[in-house]
Amino acid sequence: MSIASTNRLTPYLFLAPAGLVLAFALFYPICYMIYASFLDWNPSQRIGEADFVGLRNYFKLFGDDAFRESMGVTLKFAAVVVTIEMFLGVGLALLLDRNIRGMSVLRTLFILPMMIAPIVVGLMWRYMYHPTVGIFNKTLKSWGYEGIPWLSDGSWAFASVVIADVWQWTPFIFILSLAALQSLPSSALEASKIDGATGWQQIIYIKLPLMLPVLIVTLLLRLIDSFKVLEVILVMTNGGPGLSTEILSLRINRTASEFRELGEAAAMSNLLLIVLLILTFTMFIYNKAQEVRAARMRAAEEEA
Amino acid sequence: MSTQTYDRQNPAFYALLIALVVMAIGPIYLMLVTSLKLNVDIMSDSSSLLFMPTLRNYETALCDFLWYEPEHLRRCDPTFGRALTNSLIIGLVSTAITLVIGTMAAYALVRFRFMGRDVVSIWTLMMRMVPPAVLLVPVFGIWTFQFGIDGTRGGIILVYVALNLPFVIWILQSFIVQVPIQLEEAARMDGAGPFQVFFLVVLPLIKPGIAAASIFTFRVAWNEFLLANALADRNSRTVPVTIVNSLTEFDIDWGVIMATGMLLAIPPIIFTFVASRQIITGMTAGAVKG
Repeated sequence: MSIASTNRLTPYLFLAPAGLVLAFALFYPICYMIYASFLDWNPSQRIGEADFVGLRNYFKLFGDDAFRESMGVTLKFAAVVVTIEMFLGVGLALLLDRNIRGMSVLRTLFILPMMIAPIVVGLMWRYMYHPTVGIFNKTLKSWGYEGIPWLSDGSWAFASVVIADVWQWTPFIFILSLAALQSLPSSALEASKIDGATGWQQIIYIKLPLMLPVLIVTLLLRLIDSFKVLEVILVMTNGGPGLSTEILSLRINRTASEFRELGEAAAMSNLLLIVLLILTFTMFIYNKAQEVRAARMRAAEEEA
Repeated sequence: MSTQTYDRQNPAFYALLIALVVMAIGPIYLMLVTSLKLNVDIMSDSSSLLFMPTLRNYETALCDFLWYEPEHLRRCDPTFGRALTNSLIIGLVSTAITLVIGTMAAYALVRFRFMGRDVVSIWTLMMRMVPPAVLLVPVFGIWTFQFGIDGTRGGIILVYVALNLPFVIWILQSFIVQVPIQLEEAARMDGAGPFQVFFLVVLPLIKPGIAAASIFTFRVAWNEFLLANALADRNSRTVPVTIVNSLTEFDIDWGVIMATGMLLAIPPIIFTFVASRQIITGMTAGAVKG
């Protein structure tokens, strides 16, 4: 009896600590945030003292030009960054998928930018973009050109931030697509070679279609992460000049700590979370669909 | 490995490889070089290759830990030393806690069939997507007014454990699935209880997974800025927070700040070189099957 009851309890005992932490430190705060987004709340008040204002925070946000601009910057940043990184990452993977010495060293070096603290990445790039001591302008000046206002002009600042993110995250896509490439069935490639397919034909008709499931998941993962970027931009430009690089996470931080409007910041966090939830669900449903399809194909093979 | 043959490539290919490597590690190298320079050398227009490397910036940053007094310093500023201690404690403790309770949860999710397993899996996957910025407001409010643990290391550790758990559970699941169930059954036949099976049979078999998970966890705790900034007070600030704080001043001391940046970057760099294979496994798990 006692053995049977411990056995029945075991899974819950194993799950309990993680469940408790997640419930108190992750799930509860998120619910709290959803509630807080309906309050007029500043940091010196306890939440019970804040006034309930219904949807006012949301209406205020949609009427707020700065918020709309920040939303636009976020979407533009995510779209530009992910597009460039996908092209570069997949391209490099196709190019470097060869049997060469030192590939593992190369991969190790490529992970470095992702492992280093985003704060430090921002620091390095801010230094390199520096108008007088930075390497870019120093080089330009030594070649006799004018220096570029990397971080002090709106559109240049956006480009600079994009470049830094591309530097940091292209390796992620490169490594995932390389792994996908190397797990492709060699029979298909050999068959196409015998049929006389050129390198390009192999890429377009065989490699890319077979990699597609992985590429779509990679794209969604990267897209989700690109909405989380914060520290690099914070260090480089702090959202400026003007609002040209102020992505949503930065705006949340500023609304909470500078403008002291916790309710509004919570409303923004909510909107960001909804966007991310939609993306995550897309990914989840896509994964499930793939699994179902694979299972059906396996079943069909067994029947045949 | 020595018997493996490699294809010959044309020189342009190697040129491209070298260019890529330079691009990937150039900025890091530049940071290292700058951290070894005096401000006079950083500001000068002349070629950046000729300078006397000096450890002076590191001495300034770490003056708290030195057994001698660097002669160029009039007064030792303990901010960075304190932050480094905080970062180490917070990183190590939160990694340890996350791994212990994360592996247990992952094991339960994989091995025991009980109601709601699928639901839990979906939830962990969704929680993985929550960005720290979204947690900023509620965590600040709850930690300050309800739990009363703002400004303590414990408070920061709790956030990091919660933030990392979903990913750790998710990644360890894929490793635990591969442990043959026969092994566990054999151990149970020999009279081992569920906890013994877990600690003595399963844990040793999933060491690579644990290595990957601990690197990712430590990295998040070590690198995170936003939540630490909101929660920490003067005595519990972590390194990223002090770096950003020293940046807001107008006159940036590039040499010292690059030295602190380098110190913050060194642990992840070491992990990368020691365990790149595990890191790649962790990164590709889930997206690439097999």
